Amino acid sequence: MSKQTIFLLRDSNSQKDNTRDFQILFSKIARDLNVEDKIQIIRAADLGIYDKGYIVKDLTNNIIYTNVSEEDISTILTSTINENKVVENLRYTPDKCQLRIVLKNCGLIDPESIEEYLGQEGYCGMAKAICDMTPEEVITEMKKSGLRGRGGAGFPTWLKWSFARNSLDEERYVICNADEGDPGAYMDRSILEGDPHAVIEGMIIAGYAIGAKRGFFYIRAEYPLAIKRIETALQQAYDNGLLGENILGTNFCFDLEIRLGAGAFVCGEETALIESVEGKRGTPRSKPPFPADKGLWNHPTIINNVETLATVPVIINRGGDWFGSIGTEKSKGTKVFAITGKVKNSGLVEVPMGITIGDVVFGIAGGVLGGRNLMAVQTGGPSGGVIPLDKMDTKVSYEHLAEVGSIMGSGGMIVMDEDDCMVDIPRFYLRFCVEESCGKCAPCRIGGYQMLKILDRIAEGKGEEKDLEQLKRIAYGMQKASLCALGQTAPNPVMSTMKYFSDEYRQHVIDKKCRAGKCTKMVQYIIDQAVCKKCKMCVINCAVGAISGSRESGYKVDQAKCIKCGACFEVCKFKAIIRK
Amino acid sequence: MENKPLTDTIEPTENQDAVVAALAEKWRDKKGSLIMALHDVQSHYGYIPRDVARKLAPQLNVPLARIYEVSTFYNYFRLTPPGKHVINVCMGTACYLKGAPELIEEIESLLGIKEGQTTSDGLFQLEVVRCLGCCGLAPVKTIDGEVHAKMTRKQVAEIIAKYK
Repeated sequence: MSKQTIFLLRDSNSQKDNTRDFQILFSKIARDLNVEDKIQIIRAADLGIYDKGYIVKDLTNNIIYTNVSEEDISTILTSTINENKVVENLRYTPDKCQLRIVLKNCGLIDPESIEEYLGQEGYCGMAKAICDMTPEEVITEMKKSGLRGRGGAGFPTWLKWSFARNSLDEERYVICNADEGDPGAYMDRSILEGDPHAVIEGMIIAGYAIGAKRGFFYIRAEYPLAIKRIETALQQAYDNGLLGENILGTNFCFDLEIRLGAGAFVCGEETALIESVEGKRGTPRSKPPFPADKGLWNHPTIINNVETLATVPVIINRGGDWFGSIGTEKSKGTKVFAITGKVKNSGLVEVPMGITIGDVVFGIAGGVLGGRNLMAVQTGGPSGGVIPLDKMDTKVSYEHLAEVGSIMGSGGMIVMDEDDCMVDIPRFYLRFCVEESCGKCAPCRIGGYQMLKILDRIAEGKGEEKDLEQLKRIAYGMQKASLCALGQTAPNPVMSTMKYFSDEYRQHVIDKKCRAGKCTKMVQYIIDQAVCKKCKMCVINCAVGAISGSRESGYKVDQAKCIKCGACFEVCKFKAIIRK
Repeated sequence: MENKPLTDTIEPTENQDAVVAALAEKWRDKKGSLIMALHDVQSHYGYIPRDVARKLAPQLNVPLARIYEVSTFYNYFRLTPPGKHVINVCMGTACYLKGAPELIEEIESLLGIKEGQTTSDGLFQLEVVRCLGCCGLAPVKTIDGEVHAKMTRKQVAEIIAKYK
């Protein structure tokens, strides 16, 4: 008999790690009950549950017990091992649940085995679509589901498909946009690596629905494992007659091939992506005509995001109505987020639409790291905006996020605490957009650069009040006149921080102070003589020799020499260095 | 935009002709496959050599200018061979004040290259980075990830000699 694995966990909020004693006791009781050979006890670091005392997880059955007292140990052991029952009164059921539709197979099946995917109702949606349904019925089913593009803009998937379907041009294409470039987002990579067949199945259904014979995967070259997994999966699909000529004995033929990106963020924009698939530099085209009308080599093309395509098979398999029952009125289904930043559990979460941002951050992700205060949550990467603490009840949906000035985006969610500067963060994003601008249109190329220069000036303490007005003017120009979404949305991080944290901007501009101490040019380091123990650590560590003095007279920071590197602040054990 | 120099390979012509011919054969009939072909070139040579690009262009039926255009647009493509040893010099504020510019000057004159370039023997590549995050050790440079702290002009020559 294989051993059952049991994890032990302490209450993460207690300072003392006393799981060792608890583990010893646990092993002792297991010995007394004569079950020690049947279990394996591991002390885990973090299971993502807080303030719940000792936590015991039965990994084999995936059951978590919280607030476990010493008396409960024998109960848990006997019922788990001997009776194969669950101790209901200790069982932990989270109040805010994730709902896994897109990620249902990720981590559970072997992504390099088509058999395992087939075992999870794999390719059932495709079989149902191409054998039992007409393309129009597939599109109707998608309409019922209410699925909207998961790449960020949220365009209804069925509508895009029907545009291409109704085109007079017979040569049509499907492209999977796997050029995930947002810093801090990796949902698409996880799906490609964890469940590649789902994306392929989605593409075949999309191809059938619009009447395309060829499709392309556009994957960024920086994801070698994803590329390898898709290559393997494609080969398996061909070998099993799921791709190629006369799929499943029908008249439908469909071929898929891989095209690699080469490190250009703008290629996530659909027309730039098309240019890149055509083997040119990735500069966007002006729209209209939209790709569904004139796309790849001027033929109707639909471009769908990885997550969108991975959702398609489930919708066809289980019906559009079922999918449409999840979520809010206008945003259906689930969304995968990559939650990172200053949060206890960072990682991927999949939640039903309509759950609040607060539920995701505090409920699922466990709240802010180190018990600090939340400042804001950023969604949508360099195209998105911030959601401040008092808007944590905002619902996850395209409309609600747009209402507070952010966007759903592709699914990056970055948690920021009070140590983060709300001028520095947008500066980081804007710099990213400026570096990634393709340079084709002036509003983005020049506007972004000028905005960045103003922000740099503000961060250096040389900002003036009129700079804030100027920022807004340039942002408006960029939003209205840029050719593609990169330029149109590049000012968003700046605009939304200016909206919610205008005090902080004014503090930078008028008082020349940075609350968080991130804008180093404005920071001053001063030694508090009353606290200083004259240990000289700061003097030794100062790289530029800005700290001078003696044990008798005390030490002082020469502000003219100081380069604000913060080395003295870090090394001072007595907190005698004040940063202000 | 800066003009990036193109570099030739140092391999025998016959080999290169065979490589180019095989690549052209693989991609010629596939529409819009220039980027894929360039990926293959880069994974074979580690960068996109000028002479390879020259030979590839007519065989793929694309203008040479298109290859240059595409390979300079995308960050992923390199036009110079990557060096065997990568030297990163920190240009963070502390390093800057403690003499990083002089270090760079010294390395440039020692190796005969500018920042971002690779020596002709392919041994060293010089990169300037924003901050390595160890301002207390300024000025800092790393060679293949190994940190060399509190560098002086004199030490630079000694350390580089060890890698030769």
